[in-house]
Amino acid sequence: MVPSTYDGVAAVLAVLALLTEFAMLRAPMLRSQVRLYAFQSLVVTGLAAYVAASRHIDELYVLAALSLVLKVVIVPALILRLLRDADTDLAGSSVLGVASAILIALVVAAFGFFAVGSMHVNSSSLPTSSLAIACAIVLVAFVLIILRSDVVSQAIGFFSLENGVSVASLVVASGLPLIVDIAFLFDLLVAVVVFGVIMRVHHARNATLSTSDFDRLRG
Amino acid sequence: MSTLVIMLVCLPFATALVTWVAPVRFSQYLTMIVATATFSVALILLPRTSHEIVTAGSPLRVDALSQVFLLVVTFLYMTTSIFAKGYLSLGEGAKAHRYGRRFYAGFNLFCWTLIVVPLVNGLALLWVAIEITTVISALLVAIDDTEGASEAAWKYVLLASLGLGIALFGTIMMYYAGTRLHGASYSLSYTTLLSGAAHYDPKVVRFAFGLAVLGYGTKMGLFPVHTWLPDAHSEAPTPVSALLSGALLAVSFYAILRFFQIAVLSLGPSFPRSVLLIFGVATLLLAALYLLSQRDMKRLLAYSSVEHMGILAIGMSFSATIAVVGVLLQVLAHAAAKSTAFFGVGSVVRKFGTKDMTKIRGGVGALPWSGPMLVLAVLALSAMPPFGIFRSEFDIVYGGLSQPRDVIVAIFVVLVIVAFFGLSWFTTETMLSEDPSASLFSGGVIVVNKGEVSNWIVASMIVGLVALLILGVHPPTPLVHLLDRAAAELRGSR
Repeated sequence: MVPSTYDGVAAVLAVLALLTEFAMLRAPMLRSQVRLYAFQSLVVTGLAAYVAASRHIDELYVLAALSLVLKVVIVPALILRLLRDADTDLAGSSVLGVASAILIALVVAAFGFFAVGSMHVNSSSLPTSSLAIACAIVLVAFVLIILRSDVVSQAIGFFSLENGVSVASLVVASGLPLIVDIAFLFDLLVAVVVFGVIMRVHHARNATLSTSDFDRLRG
Repeated sequence: MSTLVIMLVCLPFATALVTWVAPVRFSQYLTMIVATATFSVALILLPRTSHEIVTAGSPLRVDALSQVFLLVVTFLYMTTSIFAKGYLSLGEGAKAHRYGRRFYAGFNLFCWTLIVVPLVNGLALLWVAIEITTVISALLVAIDDTEGASEAAWKYVLLASLGLGIALFGTIMMYYAGTRLHGASYSLSYTTLLSGAAHYDPKVVRFAFGLAVLGYGTKMGLFPVHTWLPDAHSEAPTPVSALLSGALLAVSFYAILRFFQIAVLSLGPSFPRSVLLIFGVATLLLAALYLLSQRDMKRLLAYSSVEHMGILAIGMSFSATIAVVGVLLQVLAHAAAKSTAFFGVGSVVRKFGTKDMTKIRGGVGALPWSGPMLVLAVLALSAMPPFGIFRSEFDIVYGGLSQPRDVIVAIFVVLVIVAFFGLSWFTTETMLSEDPSASLFSGGVIVVNKGEVSNWIVASMIVGLVALLILGVHPPTPLVHLLDRAAAELRGSR
């Protein structure tokens, strides 16, 4: 079966989002990580606009506009401001070297891609290969969160995981009622605020963004 | 009836707004009054929802299953508001006032989100409501602003959000499963999903169910994604710990049950049951072992919550109806028992100034009312008759034996006994051993005078124990009908 243009473009954008996720994994500085997140959100916004245009779902334009404002502008700006105020250890902290981290992420991404692929979810109208890529994005986000030990990288990891879920939702559930999509985005904003509050509290208390002293509670 | 449902949604939210600006003393009484009113409304709804579905517009829908969880949440709202009045010793001054305002606004808002979870109609709104419970409770965990609290809050908000990210993926996959039947655009309401579930693509439903159990299981405290739970429970203010344990874990279980309901219709019962069985046994095993090595009183109760969540998951894996009825009764009884135990621990912590069980001796002597009641609550948690958990676990075991799944039931009983041992050993050690010199750790024991911390705490514990007795000795007939109907809903009838 020859993939349609729609399939192709959706898959290209999804792969672009996945590559950005890999770039986040290798970016040493926290600032560049935030910028990469903004770029990834832009790609996801582009995907939303493209799906809206090619499948004539006007509601998705509203979603694209909202996600442009929230995920490309407001969320990165909030985190960058936090970083400016914190003014400490701007280099992220990885438990592993870049090469090992990328290798692990490759294995995990391949696992996600082929695991979803092996479900043989075939559909004439939906680009299922993009679904597999979305799954890979989610898994690589997990690798990012596990390997980094500072609150900013972990938060960014969560937000980019949400981007991965957005890709999945755009390709397989583009008809989801708009109100639901808006509720999801609103929730993300609330989550960002709460993450921000707790990051600030942590920084004010310990003068660091690292999570390495989070070892008091155990057992 | 639909007016009552709308009242349930509006009242606590309005209270949260008022308590944000009102004086703290006023907020304390207002919260108690509103919470009691909310529980009364839930009770008024009970006879109706036990034989029909009450709706209020398309976003709100109360069936028997929702009603069970609504009772849990509103009951805890009421008892915890009474307990909080006694537990928070707010001094004078601007700082105490600010803390009190934040606490009460957060408390009411948290209860509001917990009430909304069982009321909303549809998997998407369910996800949104549960996500809001996470963000608000994370702030409440962090409210004490200690080092432990900020560590616990960070772990909680990160792990729970990741879990909910997975649950959102599961929700989207469930939507995708329905697109073949309902067309590209439809609402994720339960009515639609339950009517069409039998024709969904089973591969996709299986994937969605797995993601949902893992995702919502993170908030429910299933192994291996329970790790935030003991930290958050031990570092949060005690009223919040009680709500987290009795209500938040329960509503997360409710979310899993909704997916379970759809998965059973689509896949047949064997796959969803096996998934829950695996998670349940692993969770129960872990919790039973960890219960043997705790020193912190609140962590002990937190692991007991993990244990009970494992029991719920195992109970759902049995096919007999009586086991499912037992699971739902267990949700109610666990909420009452665990909150009462947390109230008692709150009293002990306020009295002795520590959570470390090696430093607390002779609790029953020091606290003439809340001390013995804490021991009773812990015995109730360990499924001693005549309390509610005895009846519910008996139902679950009976259901398992009638299937028959003897091996699972045997493992279940052994692990519950191990957990009982851990839980009661430490409690009797701290509460009943009178003479500090008889203890191994007598050096560090804190000596206190006799006398209760607060009568409000005693009152909240009496309410909890009375509820446990009613559930154990003779559950009221409307409640029995409700549980039967909810169990029938879970088994695929509509």
